[in-house]
Amino acid sequence: MAMLVSTTINGDATDFSCEADETLLDALRNRLSMTGVKEGCGTGDCGACSITLDGALVCSCLVLGAEAQGRSIETVEGMSDGEKLHPLQQKFLEHAALQCGICTPGFLVAAKVLLEKNPNPTESEIRYALAGNLCRCTGYDKIVRAVQDAAAQMRRA
Amino acid sequence: MGKETPFTKREFKSVGTRPVRPDGIDKVTGRARYGADFDMPGQLVGLILRSPHAHASIKSIDTSKAEALPGVKSVITSKDFKDISKTDTELAEILENCMARKKVYYDGHAVAAVAAVDAKTARAALKLINVEYKLLKHVTDVDLAVANKAPVINRNCKTAGVDPAPTKASNISRRSEFGHGDVDKGFKKADVIIERNFRTEQSHQGYIEPHACVASVSPDGNGELWVCTQGHFVFRQQCAQMLGMDVAKLRVTSSEIGGGFGGKTHIWLEPVALALSRKANRPVKLVMTREEVFRASGPTSATSIDIKIGVTNDGIITAGEAELRYTSGPWGGSWAMLGAMTAFACYELENVKTVGLEVLVNRPKTTAYRAPSAPMAAFAVESMIDELAKKIGMDAVEMRIKNAAKEGTQSSYGPVYGPIGIGPTLEAAKNHPHMKAPLGENQGRGMACGFWFNFGGQSCTNLNIGIDGTATLTVGTIDVGGARASLSLVVAEELGIPYDKVKAVIGDTGSLGYNEMTDGSRGTFASSMSAIKSCRIAIEDMCARAAQIWDIPVDKVIWQDGHAHATGKNNNAPLSIAEIAATAEKTGGPIAGHAQIVADGAGVSFATHICDVEVDPETGSTRVVRYTVIQDAGKAVHPTYVEGQFQGGAAQGIGWALNEEYIYGEDGRLQNPGFLDYRIPVCSDLPMIDTQILEIPNPNHPYGIRGVGETSIVPPLAAIGNAVSNATGVRMTHVPMSPPRILDALEKHSEASDEEPAL
Repeated sequence: MAMLVSTTINGDATDFSCEADETLLDALRNRLSMTGVKEGCGTGDCGACSITLDGALVCSCLVLGAEAQGRSIETVEGMSDGEKLHPLQQKFLEHAALQCGICTPGFLVAAKVLLEKNPNPTESEIRYALAGNLCRCTGYDKIVRAVQDAAAQMRRA
Repeated sequence: MGKETPFTKREFKSVGTRPVRPDGIDKVTGRARYGADFDMPGQLVGLILRSPHAHASIKSIDTSKAEALPGVKSVITSKDFKDISKTDTELAEILENCMARKKVYYDGHAVAAVAAVDAKTARAALKLINVEYKLLKHVTDVDLAVANKAPVINRNCKTAGVDPAPTKASNISRRSEFGHGDVDKGFKKADVIIERNFRTEQSHQGYIEPHACVASVSPDGNGELWVCTQGHFVFRQQCAQMLGMDVAKLRVTSSEIGGGFGGKTHIWLEPVALALSRKANRPVKLVMTREEVFRASGPTSATSIDIKIGVTNDGIITAGEAELRYTSGPWGGSWAMLGAMTAFACYELENVKTVGLEVLVNRPKTTAYRAPSAPMAAFAVESMIDELAKKIGMDAVEMRIKNAAKEGTQSSYGPVYGPIGIGPTLEAAKNHPHMKAPLGENQGRGMACGFWFNFGGQSCTNLNIGIDGTATLTVGTIDVGGARASLSLVVAEELGIPYDKVKAVIGDTGSLGYNEMTDGSRGTFASSMSAIKSCRIAIEDMCARAAQIWDIPVDKVIWQDGHAHATGKNNNAPLSIAEIAATAEKTGGPIAGHAQIVADGAGVSFATHICDVEVDPETGSTRVVRYTVIQDAGKAVHPTYVEGQFQGGAAQGIGWALNEEYIYGEDGRLQNPGFLDYRIPVCSDLPMIDTQILEIPNPNHPYGIRGVGETSIVPPLAAIGNAVSNATGVRMTHVPMSPPRILDALEKHSEASDEEPAL
């Protein structure tokens, strides 16, 4: 039987109904049409469905929709400020840190969490912070450079 | 302008710059729509029932209970597809892979499918389908499959390419042979000969986006298909034929694609979705799980390669010979053939012979994976060349330079090369600072070369000039990683307008003529050739319009920097595209350029890679600490995305070399169908990947462009193998070089050294 879940998503109060065994990923994608959150594996291995739940980075495929009750969710759809892109989004574009782009939303969310905690990460810290997100196209080189560049810009801002 | 558009040296203004890609913002904001991000009104959820057995005959399938479940709208089996095996064997095999007919051939083979109102009902329905199997003996290993007592997988399979034609069924579907000269004579001239067997395990393309589609078929025979694919025109043709539909009535739209690497050049679930939709008369969405992706799509071949190479003491290869056995899954393929063609393609050899054997096994149908078949053959050849160089005391790069193919060389697979980049990439490697950098403890450096043909083929493009002088290019090759940026640059270059005044879109199958897929590194090569032709047709028309406006003969008008110029004594000010377009209504209507070509002359591609690894002698774990890719791009249209192709291919090769493999149990079931146990490289596994782009123009393309997408996966297996061997002193012959394999090799080596007296 479906249940009603009340949350805040990207700053907006949002209710959705879902089944008790339905993942938050499925609820976001299928109930709310938030298809920026991607499914690559459904088992928490690829990070394409990364979101934050009360500020903590999670794979939304490993969270039940019901667990979002009363909590705050942020997704890639909430990253830009109107027409102004988040520095990470801008740097991903400039550095060509995406090829196919399916992993990009997850990387952006994970990188944002990293930079909020650690505004000046070393290359190694970036690599370990993003180790839960799989990219098959880029070899990660340009992703790491984009995050380094975005971090530098955000420190200057 | 004919279809041949040979290279002309020119100063580029747009081509070679690095603008932001036009589809970028949609991809960083979550707005881009991939295969699973699309819905149709009233759509059902489709699911596929798959065989748990590696090899079995299907005695019966009872779907009655599933059909009776409320909410189930259609259930299909192979009976819902016409048997086309008598009319089109090749297509029938593709269809049989999509839906098993009399037998299941691998763990994961589809046997039935349902469409229901929601996923929960569809899952319940799958459980109500009763399939009765009769288990058959199976074989998954490439060498066991060709052994004497191996179970024969397909009783109709008799080895092609053998004279006289065999009468007995076999697991070898085809033998192919390439080469020239006399290898026996060549080996007689050699001072040192090495013979070895190399094995590589099966890997998966590992695209992050699972296969997905939405199909809608109406009772009047019209249909629509939204799908993530590398080639929607090919998918349309195959699906329509399988379902008995008119090709023109099936409209296929390609979604954004979340990685393909060859794996999305083949169809799996699309005819199933169409058949479910037709039966239900409702749209059906079908999305694979990751487990289904591993069990039932992709993989490349597992291989076993016997190889023998002879050299003189001064480093000249006198003969090379190899037998390459490649798994093709339960049906024949041409994978070993590609391996046999590419194996020695980097070198100029007087005597060379390669034999490819396509081996049937109870594994998923082998599909293309980036420069398909070349990495495994290169692993064998390039490992041997390193070993031989060491034996005769010559530097491995020098020995390769000495034997490298060049313009005029007859390739090992037949054709004579035009201008090629193997020599220049080797020279660049020799002079690269990476080669001189110091190495630490337990570290070793390796290098290797790679070759890929590159494809051309059919492409078709439309160019439409807007009323404001902007240009829309419609192409039929899907964009796997920056093609819209590259093609926009080409149009901007050709028309002489800024990059941001061009919009490149991927047309659906209703908007253009047939286009081959984005495969074989052909996307930018072939579609840019067609786009240039489209532009030149539009320019010719715009010159005629200008002549009309000025009332002068058309041969007095030339095109320069995005403007029509009147030549001679006229005082007419040049007309921009916008000015010509603004009055198009009065000069003959819309301005457009439509082109269709067979893009002949894809220039072959070569690369040289250098890598440093560190091997932990306690655990056998290997880390890549430095990596450099040097490759010929012909002309790099968007150098950043060219670098991206170099880096991505290298990373996939590194994963394959060190970790990735399909592991089958004794029961013939895949043991690791998930990203946890089939581990592709993560960010913390890799260093930065340095790149060096060389530009040796392809004489057959107007701008000198060569395909760049695939060659970068060819050298890594061997480059890493050579680096590990240089770090440990042990020759590695089995990919992936996972920690247990390296430890095992180290142990065997130390046992062998213990037995022999030290010098």
